[in-house]
Amino acid sequence: MSDIKIKVIDREGAVHELEAPTDMNMNLMEICKAYEMPVAGTCGGMAMCASCQCYVISDHDLPEPSDDEEAMLSEAFNIEENSRLGCQIQMTKELDGLEVKLAPED
Amino acid sequence: MIKTDILIIGAGPTGLFTVFEAGLLKLRTHLIDALPIPGGQCAEIYPKKPIFDIPGFPDILAGDLIENLVEQGKQFEPGFTLGERAETIEKLEDGTFIVTTNKGTKHRAPVVAIAGGLGSFEPRKPKLENLERFEDKGLAYIIKDPEVYRNKKVVIAGGGDSALDWSIFLTDIASSVTLIHRRNEFRGALDSVEKAIQLRKAKKIEIITPAEVAALNGNGVLKSISVKKDDEIFDIETDAFIPLFGLSPKLGPMGDWGLEIEKNAILVNNALDYQTNIPGVFAIGDVNTYPGKLKLILCGFHEATIMCQAAFKIINPGKKHVMKYTTVSGINGFDGSRKEAEKAVVKSLS
Repeated sequence: MSDIKIKVIDREGAVHELEAPTDMNMNLMEICKAYEMPVAGTCGGMAMCASCQCYVISDHDLPEPSDDEEAMLSEAFNIEENSRLGCQIQMTKELDGLEVKLAPED
Repeated sequence: MIKTDILIIGAGPTGLFTVFEAGLLKLRTHLIDALPIPGGQCAEIYPKKPIFDIPGFPDILAGDLIENLVEQGKQFEPGFTLGERAETIEKLEDGTFIVTTNKGTKHRAPVVAIAGGLGSFEPRKPKLENLERFEDKGLAYIIKDPEVYRNKKVVIAGGGDSALDWSIFLTDIASSVTLIHRRNEFRGALDSVEKAIQLRKAKKIEIITPAEVAALNGNGVLKSISVKKDDEIFDIETDAFIPLFGLSPKLGPMGDWGLEIEKNAILVNNALDYQTNIPGVFAIGDVNTYPGKLKLILCGFHEATIMCQAAFKIINPGKKHVMKYTTVSGINGFDGSRKEAEKAVVKSLS
């Protein structure tokens, strides 16, 4: 099995345990959409909106944000130290147990 | 009152292609879009991004695709109501619809095709108290007429192209321009950033970074803003505050049109002809949903084509027609233009 388990806390505080494949080239935004979580993913994953913004709660070592992601985060609202764009977080084995909370909608 | 055959709400790729397909059936079209330019997401969010799954184009920039679609539709002389949002819909006794925009422009058509994508693009508003109180009283989210700011003190917030470009532009008009951004880096075209740095050196723009606007002050009219920088808060006197944080799409008033909505999209009749629960109102492209739906531009083109056939039957009840190949029949533009394939010349060898 190449699935990992991640936890996504929605905007109402409910915890969703999701199984995410690591061999389908999917990112966190796409996993959330696949489970019909309320993530818009307006720009389709180009780091050009911030509708998939989330707060990373677990202490996983995530790849550094790209310039595009940094730039988008600098314009988004409700930014915290641990803000990331879900669409820029690829599902890999290392992220098993990842825990994130969805940021409020604009 | 603007009258047409198919009123298209949304001038993105699906809406623009509808013009062409409707034109082949001799149907007139008119498009409404909240954005001031056609193109929808392709123009607003990612004009410079290549798209790789448009049939026949190994790759094409989103902005170029829009240009091509506009060009392709031109011969059918579509009308445009741009910069206005479709607000209400009303069905008359004769079965036609009246769609009115937020600015009061009225459109009348027997068929309405909603190609609204993710909804109309609205400015993203900063989370500040009393924001509404200052709207149009010094606070604006869009610059419609720069002359309004002549000899005024202006504060702009944001770190993208529009914040930079407007700050630069307004230096020639406003008495002072201040640009506030949360980070030291700006996400603009390189020459815009350099221009801003030069203007800062020349003391034409004041740039305050990393900082945020924390409050708006004034009695009825905006008088000053409070800026938070390095945990300190100070006030800047200003006549205008323009936060430019980009646009985000909202389904908006269409959500109240009595259409069946599922997962923030308009439910249609299982891909038969993309008609909604209101006969005569269709939903095509990213705005609709049905079992098996894919939100792809190429699927929007297909949906637009099928929908036009159904629209023809509503507009011309009982009239016989047949789907024509452009290779065979060519195209008769409404502007008098005529396109057709060259006839093959057959010569005998003897």
